Parts: sequence; structure tokens; C-alpha cells
Amino acid sequence: MGRYVIRRLLQMIPVFIGTTLLIFLMVYALPGDPVRGLFGDKGASPEVLQNLRHEYGLDKPILVQYFDYMKGIVLHFDFGNQIASGRPVTEILGDAFPVTLRLAGLAFAIEAALGIILGLVSGMRAGKTADTLILILTLLLISVPVFVLGLILQTVVTNAGGAPSVSDDTDIGQMLMPAIVLASASLAYVARLTRTSVAENMRSDFMRTAIAKGLPRRRVVGVHLMRNSLIPVVTFLGTDLGALMGGAIVTERIFNIKGVGGTIADAITRREGTTLVGLVTILVLVYLVTSLIVDLLYAVLDPRIRYA
Amino acid sequence: MRGAKSAKWVAIAAVVALSATACGGGGDDGDTKAAIDPDGTFSVEVGEPQNPLQPANTMESNGSIVIKSLFSGLVDYDSTGKISMVNADSVDTKDNKTFTVKLKAGWKFHDGTPVTSESYIKAWNWAANPDNKQTNSFWFSDIKGYDEVSGGKATEMSGLKAVDDTTFTIELSKALPYFVYKLGYEVFDPLPESFYKDPKAAGEKPVGNGPYKFVSWDHKKQIVVERNDDYQGPNKAKNGGVVFKNYAQLETAYQDLKSGNLDVMRQVAPRDLPVYKQDLGDRAVDQSYSAIQTVAVAFYTKQWKDIDPKVLQGLSMAIDRDTITKTVLQGTREPATGWVAKGVLGYTDNAAGDVTKYDPAKAKALIKEGGGVPGNKISIQYNADGGHKEWVEAVCGSITNATGVQCSGDSKADFQADTNARDAKQVKSLYRSGWVLDYPFISNFIRDLFGTKSDGNQGGFSNPEIDKLISQADSAASLEESEKLYQEIEKKLPEYMPSIPLWYYKVNAGYSEKVSGVKYAQDGDPILTGVQVKK
Repeated sequence: MGRYVIRRLLQMIPVFIGTTLLIFLMVYALPGDPVRGLFGDKGASPEVLQNLRHEYGLDKPILVQYFDYMKGIVLHFDFGNQIASGRPVTEILGDAFPVTLRLAGLAFAIEAALGIILGLVSGMRAGKTADTLILILTLLLISVPVFVLGLILQTVVTNAGGAPSVSDDTDIGQMLMPAIVLASASLAYVARLTRTSVAENMRSDFMRTAIAKGLPRRRVVGVHLMRNSLIPVVTFLGTDLGALMGGAIVTERIFNIKGVGGTIADAITRREGTTLVGLVTILVLVYLVTSLIVDLLYAVLDPRIRYA
Repeated sequence: MRGAKSAKWVAIAAVVALSATACGGGGDDGDTKAAIDPDGTFSVEVGEPQNPLQPANTMESNGSIVIKSLFSGLVDYDSTGKISMVNADSVDTKDNKTFTVKLKAGWKFHDGTPVTSESYIKAWNWAANPDNKQTNSFWFSDIKGYDEVSGGKATEMSGLKAVDDTTFTIELSKALPYFVYKLGYEVFDPLPESFYKDPKAAGEKPVGNGPYKFVSWDHKKQIVVERNDDYQGPNKAKNGGVVFKNYAQLETAYQDLKSGNLDVMRQVAPRDLPVYKQDLGDRAVDQSYSAIQTVAVAFYTKQWKDIDPKVLQGLSMAIDRDTITKTVLQGTREPATGWVAKGVLGYTDNAAGDVTKYDPAKAKALIKEGGGVPGNKISIQYNADGGHKEWVEAVCGSITNATGVQCSGDSKADFQADTNARDAKQVKSLYRSGWVLDYPFISNFIRDLFGTKSDGNQGGFSNPEIDKLISQADSAASLEESEKLYQEIEKKLPEYMPSIPLWYYKVNAGYSEKVSGVKYAQDGDPILTGVQVKK
């Protein structure tokens, strides 16, 4: 197990370098120059342009820029400065990540808890009314785009006298509405995944044996059924956490939450490679770590799986 | 206009926002029925300022509205384009080349230090120095000695001299009758001595001399300013302070406005345009401001290189501006009748004559007379992220229907890509080009766009006759004279067609029930100091 973890950690290094380099090159390939962009429509003082380019190292070849940048991150945990505002990227990350973490965490909790419960109920009563109702509900959640759901919920809440946007992102009460919107589609997937695998395991031999042994129902469902059914669900939840963090742009915009999604979108439109790579680096790390945790969880859930 | 508020075009392009000119006082003719709380605060929708809050570094709308509230310059202008004195007691000149500025006595920065001649001279020299990387440094190029400073040979412009604590002189490299108009731009604001110790920190926590004092900046959330009780200027705030609330999306801001969480908006999103007048009643704002949209011509291309202006006249007359502004643009624009926007000193009605009138038969005849459009095919470049697609298609449809010339939109992914193609002179045929005023004088819409060497001239229009007339107008003896000469140039533009004027912009905005006296200045921004908060 220990060796397996170390091997996986070492594998992260090439993945990390590959993704960051790829993103760096992609931003570089986009037409448009971040320094020129500061000046909008018109020409600027050439001396100022040159000084700004020099300050951000943009006058060097792209690979040198990348190398310098990575050196800064690895050696000094220095992500560089944002081009327009001149603020350190770490400060911008520090502003955006806690917000996103709260939003994604809340959404994740909702999706995991509700999704698994709905899936379990539905799977154990496959073919009955409750199952059909849950299937219809999840189908609805999957088919309605996030922004439609967000705007509808926003309008409903506003008409009921609530606030349409989030003014204090440390207030869980205010974050609840966006978190529900963000969680909705994933929740439906989790419920459906759980349902399928529960329904399948209900008919399995070990379930019959467990019931025949006269085990209490709590133990049959809680240990024998759940543990065996959760592997696909955990896989999905693991990758979804990363998606919730980076891909909440739409939800963030609708409810005016200043998280990672919007910051990434801004960085792309302004061609700020450094800010973008800084943000994405952390997202990549989140993905890598969650996928490792998911793999380790397999062994916990199913003792038949072993890592050498 | 040099670099200027041009980045505003990003903002308009993204239908995001506009900036503030805190033009003196204004606007207590609103409803006075409700009791007013002179210390009440209100909120305004903005985005995150792109740059640190340094006056010469703020060329986009989100930062400049904040700068305008914190700093007061020498002069300002009213809605008719007339100059009014703010921090200056007088700005006099005999030859339009050397200007003597007398400051009002007793002005103080928010940190208690006095505003002196040195506060201005040092600030301008600092901002003009390329080492300090101020995006608006170009604005000082009229002043004598700028070239030495920008070339790194000097650190002080020789044209600026302090006479005493409250008097200084500005010498220009050549006479410019309307230089005073440029002084109204926030680039020319003074800076306190404390600024130079740590300009970066000062950009995070600016100390100004304006009607409001800086309180806090919670990045990407809000900026708070409070009334400066010691303010000496004519535009003293009628409210206790302002909260600049950051919104990523105008639709959200509009929802907040309706439910009372936000007080003043600068622009309503296209989605809400059809209903905002109904929703807000007399709190809906619909007025013109000094900005124009045009279709500019890439004169460096093979197609337009040696074109007969008659062809461009024909294309212009093939555009049904009335119908397009009413339908596709939902009444948010007003058909243009010239190249100079309304609210600018020197604006004349119908300056372009027949050229902007829709007349398909004549359009066809003119194009034929001019030898036809080379290739019989044109395209209009635009940025896809700015909501331009619909009207570009409508304009194209109008041209094709009227003249049979094939026309298509040439979409660039975003404003950055669009600007990039323009800078690199890679525009294939025609391109969308907008302009918001920098200073309300006619030259801003003519010299800065159509002069051969102007920064705003990206299409490569060059005409010795126009250049000659511009330099004549620039060296006129008086402002009135210069205005008259510029008006004559505008009257002549139809003969050359440097661009095809489309329409003037309008402010479509609104405010909440909590505030009154909300007026919008010519650059489309709410006048913050005049807003009154109800009890």
C-alpha cells in the first residue's frame, strides 16, 4: 500500500508538468497580448509597453517563460503577479479558492448525501412507484441546463422576498441556493449510478446469504449492500469534486459569487497565462489527489482489491 | 484620443459598463418629496478595476469611476461641453502654448497635506516616466519635454514650472487651443507626497483630494468610499458615501436592483432591456451620451487602397439605420448623422448630410459611379463577445438587399483577438469601431481618429488635405476659431469617407427607490456626488 501511494505520487510529477506546459502553450497560442490588452482600442506609449513586457518576462521565449515560472512556483511558491492589477497571483488564489471550496464543498455534501439516499431508495424498490418518481425527477434535473435552473430558482426566491445574489460568501444560508443549483445535475447522476448498482446487487448471492443468515436488515443494507454498490459512485464523486471547483462558472456568475470559475474565465479573456496556470495548477493537484483517494477507497470498500 | 478611455470599448463591447465623470454637482431638480438623509450611503454596480487605483493608470471604466470619486482635477466640463473650474482658480493663456494655472487656496489631500503646484507637477512627471509603467502616460505628450522623459533622457518635463505654491505654468511643445479640455481627464489629477513612498500600496489604498475619501477595497467584492467633509470643490457630495459593488453579470445586478439590494446601475443587460422601463417606471434612464459606433475601413487592404469615396458613400446610404436601431438594437442607439457624437463641443446636427440617409436607389447608383466594390464582396470584422453579431448581420443584410454587394460578418472570438487583428493590420475588409469621448471637444472625434499619425487611426486612412486642415484647426488663435475649423472639416468628411457612421450610444440604466437625483454624465456614468439618499 505504502509503495503504491509513493508510486502514484511520483506519477503526479510528469502529469503536473504536462498539464501546466500544455495550458501555458495554449494561452500563448491565443491571439492577443495581455500587455497590449491593457490599452484597449488605442496605441500606447511604446516605452511603457516595453517596460511592462519586460517586468512580466513576456519578452523572453515562451519556454524560458515557462521554465522561470515553474522555478518560481517550485522554489519559492511564487506564482508571479497578475498583469493588470500587479497583485500577486497567490493573493488572488487566496481570495478565490476559499469561496469556491465552500461552494463546492456544500454542493458536494448535498449531492453525495441526497444522491446516495435517493439512489438507495430507488434501487431497493426497483420498479415501484418511488423508483419511477425518482427516475423522473433525476431525468428532469439532468435535462434542464444549469443556467435555466439557476435563473428560475433565482426568480422564484426573489419574488418570495429573498436576495437574488450572494453578498456574504461565508454565510452558509446564502450559499445554499447556488450550491443546490450546482449540485443538481451531479446529484441526479449519483442517484442513478447508485440505483443501478444497488438494484443489481440486490439480486446477488452474497445478499441472499446475508439475509438467509438472519443478519439484521441494518447490517445487510449498510454493510453488504452499500459497500459493494458504492464503487462506481465513489469514482464519479471523486472526479466530480474537481469539476465542481473549476466548472462552476455559470453558477458563480448567476449568483455573483467570486470564485475560481469566474477568475479563470477572466484570466483567459485577458490572456494572463500566469494567473491561469496558477489557478489550474491547484485544480490539477486537486484532481490528482482526489483520484488517488478514490483509488485507495476502492480497497477500503472492497477488501478483494489490494494494492501492492 | 490616445490610449485613453478606449479600453472602455472593451466594456461597451462586453455590454458591461461605463465610467464616471463627476461633473459638478448637478441634479437636485429630482423629486424632493421624500425626506433626504444627507449621510445616507448607496451602492453602484461596477466590475473589479483592472489596474491599481492610480489616476494615470486607470483607463478602463471600472477603475475610473472610483478614481473620479476620490480625486478632483483642475477643471471639469458640464453637459454642454463647457469648462468649469474645480481645483483650479483659473487657467489662462495668451498664445495657446503656455498656460498659467492658479490653484484655489486651502485645498487639502485626504491625509491633511496641502494641494500645491508641486502636487501636480510631480504627479505628471512621475506618470509620464515610462519606468513607472502608467498606461495613460501618452496623455502628457503635448507637454514640452515629454519626448526626453519618455526616451529616458530626463525625469522631468521641461514644460512644467512652479511659480509659487499655488501657481504653475504648462508649456506645450506646440500651441493647442483646446488643451484645457484635456485637463479634465483624470490622468491630470494631483498626487500627495505620500504616494511616491510606495506607489503600489497607494494604488491599493489611494489618498486623493476629491469629494470622497477612500475607506476599503475588498477585492472582487466591493470598494467603499465616504464623503470628504473638508472638501472645498463645487461638487461636494450630497450623500454620505458610496459602495461600489462588484457584479460579474449585469443580469444579477438588475435582479438586485429590483429587490433593493443595489441602488444605481450603469447599464442594463440586453436581456432586461425589453422590460426595464416597465419594471422601473420613471426610475428607468434612457438618454444619449457621447459615443459613436462606426464601420471603419481598412484602407491598407487591396480592396480599399485606391477606392473612390463614392463607393463608401453608397455603402453608407445602403444601411437602414432607423429600422436597425429600432428593431435589432431595441432602441438603445440613435442613428448617427455625422462623425461627432452628441454632447461634444462642436457637434452639429446632420453634419454628414445625405450620406447617412437610407436611399437604396441612390446607393446603388453611387457604387456604380465609383466603379463598384472590388470583388463585389465585403466583410465586417467584429468581436463575438460584445453582442455585435446581430447588428452586423442586419447591416450586412441591408447592404446586400439595397445594392447586391455580398456582405458577411467576420467574427473574432473576443475583443483581444479583434484588437490584435486591427493592430497587425490584418483586417480583411471593414471593421467595427467605436469611440467614447475623452474630452468633450470636436477634435477628439476628428483629429484623434482620422489624422494620419493618430493612435485612433487604425484603418490607415491618410489624406494630406485633411491633415492640413487639422493642423490649421489645431493652430487656430482661439477655441471658437478652432471649433469652427473642425466643424468645417467634419462637413468635408463625406468627400473622403474615412469611416461609415452608424449610430450614437444611449445610456440605458436605472436606479432604486432609495435614491433620487441620479443623473448621468456625457460619458454615460452616474454623477455620484449629486445622488441623494432617502430616509
